[in-house]
Amino acid sequence: MSASVLYDVPGPRAKRRVMLFSVLALVGLLAGLYVVYRQLDKQNQFDADKWSPLFDPTDDSFELVWARIGEGMANTLMAAALAVVFSLVIGTLLAVTRVTSAPWYRWIVVGFIELLRGIPVVIAIFFVARVLPEFGVSLEPMWYLVIGLTLYNSVVIAEIVRAGINSLPKGQREAAESLGLTRGQVLRLVLLPQAFRAMLPALISQLVVILKDTSLGFIISYEETVRVAGQIVQNLSNPIQTYLLIAVIFIVVNYALSRFAIYVERRLSQGKKAAKTDEGAAVVHADDLAGAGATNVG
Amino acid sequence: MNVIFENFALYRDGFFKTLLICAYAMVGSLVLGTILAGFRVSPVPPLRWIGTSWVNVFRNCPLTVVLFFCAFGLPEVGINGAYFWFSITALVLYTAAFVCEAVRSGINSVPAGQAEAARAVGLTFGQSLTTIILPQAIRTVVPPLGSVIIAMIKNSAIVGAFGVGGELFAVSDTLTGSRGEAALPVLTGIVIAYLLITLPAGAFLGWLERKVAIAR
Repeated sequence: MSASVLYDVPGPRAKRRVMLFSVLALVGLLAGLYVVYRQLDKQNQFDADKWSPLFDPTDDSFELVWARIGEGMANTLMAAALAVVFSLVIGTLLAVTRVTSAPWYRWIVVGFIELLRGIPVVIAIFFVARVLPEFGVSLEPMWYLVIGLTLYNSVVIAEIVRAGINSLPKGQREAAESLGLTRGQVLRLVLLPQAFRAMLPALISQLVVILKDTSLGFIISYEETVRVAGQIVQNLSNPIQTYLLIAVIFIVVNYALSRFAIYVERRLSQGKKAAKTDEGAAVVHADDLAGAGATNVG
Repeated sequence: MNVIFENFALYRDGFFKTLLICAYAMVGSLVLGTILAGFRVSPVPPLRWIGTSWVNVFRNCPLTVVLFFCAFGLPEVGINGAYFWFSITALVLYTAAFVCEAVRSGINSVPAGQAEAARAVGLTFGQSLTTIILPQAIRTVVPPLGSVIIAMIKNSAIVGAFGVGGELFAVSDTLTGSRGEAALPVLTGIVIAYLLITLPAGAFLGWLERKVAIAR
């Protein structure tokens, strides 16, 4: 932590002080954990029958429980994958048309994007699930979820793509245009390939958001991981253990994805330095897009 | 559209209930998130561990799971309360991780030379933090923090699905479900109600951003 803005590299006295506070903090932490442990123990949360269906292969319910969790995870991944693909296609189209088209069309797209960004994704999903059947469009719950997620995430991805295109040096477009390429060709051959590279980290981060948001499928009875967990809890009445397991699964997968995003970002900026291009590096940082992906929170 | 006017009281109450939930959750998550950010930049390793694990756990876990955990897990260990408070707890725990990251990146964005200069002229840690670092950090923090809060407002819709009655999502569920009203007008009303919160909040944030913007 010597690189911190806030303090110098500690000297002997500061080191002693840090040591003292570390010990105090550790004691506090352990005390807190002990209180939690004692409370859990007092409420019999460590009883074998609450854990063994989830973790003991010899338990009668073990296979059934994991088969259900597996189904739930498959459904989660399925919905997430479809939503990602659709959002990517629609988002890119939105961004590209926004960059190139006539002003009146651009305003429509901007309005659409602003509107959809202001709506909670739960409401988008619920809207799709309740309104489409009124117009005679009855689909599997999964499609409602996918459409809802796509509505919301395509505008987020449109913003990411736009930021990616805007982050490119102006000379790229100018050079391409002066070669006589049409607007479509400039985008397709010159701008988009570079923009996608630059925004890969942000896109991977958005993947985490989509994966998390599939858990909203429970409101429209889609059998994804979290809903399956709810059913398990109803049968085994072990909410703490089951939700803990589900949380760990999500955290491991998403943490791996986040690390991967950081790794890709680092790789890309290294390539930039090696190539000695200008320093306005065209990598769209995941964090810069907190605005676009305000959802990072959701 | 008549359904909106006929049930205007329901909509109005839902609107204010949502605002109330958001206000509690905003205060809670700002306080907790700032404390966590303090942990993450502190020189004391165990505190840093706590901050880092908090962020990694809650940023990568769906809010739904956190909510379920609070709503059904806490009663199991003898903590009882209204769903209202459970859901606010979950929102705070979850949002604090994002607040923490926004604040931390703000502190890190202050050029190291600023703090070094402050120490070189003899300011204490407290003085350099309050007069040099934080005034600059806060300006950088405003835009991402605003986005976090707006996202939190949108996330608050999820708590309606957890039996926190009366907020906007729950209103839409009641009207289209048990009351059997047509979904399109009901949900259009709900969408408008959310836009009434998020669009002004976004505009205010944009204004604030321009106001505190600094050229660096």
